[in-house]
Amino acid sequence: MTKKQLEGWSPWILLTVVLGLWQLICTVFNVSEFIFPSPWRIAKQFWEFKEIIGAHAWRTYWVTMAGFGIAIVVGVLLGFVIGSSRLAYAAVYPLMTAFNALPKAAFVPILVVWFGIGAGPAILTAFLISFFPIMVNIATGLATLEPELEDVLRVLGAKRWDVLIKVGLPRSMPYFYGSLKVAITLAFVGTTVSEMTAANEGIGYLLISAGSAMQMGLAFAGLVVVGAMAMLMYELFSAVERHTTGWAHRSSQNT
Amino acid sequence: MQTSDNPGWFVDFERVWLAYTEELRLQKHFAVEAIDLKIGRGEFIAIVGPSGCGKSTFMKLTTGLKMPSEGRILIDGQPVTGPLKISGMAFQAPSLLPWRSTVDNVLLPLEIVEPFRSNFKRQRAVYEERARKLLQKVGLAGYEDKFPWELSGGMQQRASICRALIHEPKMLLLDEPFGALDAFTREELWCILRDLWTEQKFNVILVTHDLRESVFLADTVYVMSRSPGRFVVRREIDLPRPRDLEISYTREFTDIVHELRGHIGAMRSNAAQPASSKAAP
Repeated sequence: MTKKQLEGWSPWILLTVVLGLWQLICTVFNVSEFIFPSPWRIAKQFWEFKEIIGAHAWRTYWVTMAGFGIAIVVGVLLGFVIGSSRLAYAAVYPLMTAFNALPKAAFVPILVVWFGIGAGPAILTAFLISFFPIMVNIATGLATLEPELEDVLRVLGAKRWDVLIKVGLPRSMPYFYGSLKVAITLAFVGTTVSEMTAANEGIGYLLISAGSAMQMGLAFAGLVVVGAMAMLMYELFSAVERHTTGWAHRSSQNT
Repeated sequence: MQTSDNPGWFVDFERVWLAYTEELRLQKHFAVEAIDLKIGRGEFIAIVGPSGCGKSTFMKLTTGLKMPSEGRILIDGQPVTGPLKISGMAFQAPSLLPWRSTVDNVLLPLEIVEPFRSNFKRQRAVYEERARKLLQKVGLAGYEDKFPWELSGGMQQRASICRALIHEPKMLLLDEPFGALDAFTREELWCILRDLWTEQKFNVILVTHDLRESVFLADTVYVMSRSPGRFVVRREIDLPRPRDLEISYTREFTDIVHELRGHIGAMRSNAAQPASSKAAP
C-alpha cells in the first residue's frame, strides 16, 4: 500500500480501531447498556429503529438545509455590504461580533414564543449559528485587495463596483467555500440543539425521548446519524471548493 | 530636449505641493514639495532616491489619483482633474489575478477602460489577438494560456507590463518593476522595456533604486530627496541610442552612475548629520 493510499484509508482505519477498543472495553468490563452502550448494541438498535431514525434524520436534514440556505443568502449579502464599504464595516462588525458571542441555544425559547413548536425555531437557530462565518469570510475576501492593483484599475477609470465584481468577488470565493464547510457543520448543531427543546420531530427530539426512555443505544445511534450527515455535507462542499477554486490551492502550493 | 519638434510639454508640473490631509498641510508637512518638472513627449525619465522620498506620491499625482494641494499639473496640455486613462501602471508586485489565465489578465484593462469596454464582447477576438501579440513580443509565447502561478517571477512581471500597455497608453508608470528579480532576469527585462519603448515611443516614468537601471534606460534621471520630498538633481543621459547591455561596462556609463551615486551619498550624509557629527567621507 502506497503512502497516498494509506492516507485515504486512514480515517476508516482509525474509526475501526476506536470502535474495536470501545467494544472491547464494554465487553471486558461488562458495562451496562443503559449507561454506555457498546457499538454492537448501537448498531442493533439502529437497525431495529431504522424507519423511525430515518424519518427523524430526514426532518433534521431538510430543516438544517433550509436554515443553511437562508444563512448563505443573508451571509453573502451582509458580507458583500460590509466588505465593500469601510463605513459599513466599521459600523456592523463590532455588533456582529457581539451577536456571534451569544449562545444560540439561548435564542430557542424566544423563537418558540414567536414561531411555536416545530420547524420554525430549528430553521432559524440553524441560520443564526451558521451565517456568521459566511459573512465574515466574504467580507474579508472583498476587503483584502492589494493597493497597487486598485491603483492599476482606478487609473483606468474603474468604479468601485468594477473592482468588486472583477477582483473582489472572485478573490473571496475560496474564503466563501471554506466558510461553507464550517457553516454546514454549525448548522447541524443549531438544528439539533433547537429540536431538543422546541420540536416533536428530528434527531434532537429523538435524542431527548430516547434518553428519557433509557434507550441509550437509540440515542447514540441518533448522534451517529447527525455526525454522518454533517460529514457528508462537509465532503460535498470540499469537492465543490476543489472544483471551482482550484487556483487558490495550487498557488498556495507553489509559493 | 525635444522642444524643437514638439510644441509644449507632455508632463508639466508647476510648483506642485502635496500634503495628504488638510491637517498635515497646516503643519507644513508635505509629502512632495515645490516640484517643477517638464517632460517632453516620448521622453523616458527615471526617478531615483531613498525609500519613502515621495516617489509613489509623485506617481499618484501624475496619474491623477491624487490632486495637488498647491500648484498645477498639465498632462498632454490638459489640466489633470481625475484618474488619467492614458496611463498604464506596473509595480514591483506583478499582482496578476490567479483565477485568470495570462492572456485574460492582460485583457483586464480593456474590460474596464473606454472605449474598449463598450465593445469588449463584440471585439473580444480582436483584443485577444492583440494581447497574444503583445505577450509574444515580451517573450511569453507559449505561456499565454497558462495561469500566473505557473509562471516564474520574471514572466509574471512581463505579463504585468503587458497589462499596463494593452490599452496603448501614452504614459507608462513603473514603480520599481524589476526590484524583486534576479540580476540576469532584470537585465533581460531592461532590454524588453527598451525595445517596447523604442517601437511605441510612449512616455515612461520609471521609479527605481537601481542607478544602473536608470542610466541604461532613461533619457533623463532625476534624484529625489527624502523629507522634504523634492527633486534635487536633474541629469540628462546623453549616451547614444540604441543602447546595448555592453554599454553598461563602458567608462562613460559608469561615470554617470558614480556621479548619481555621489549625489545620493551626499544627501544621505546630510540627512544623517543632525544625528551624528561624523559625516561620511
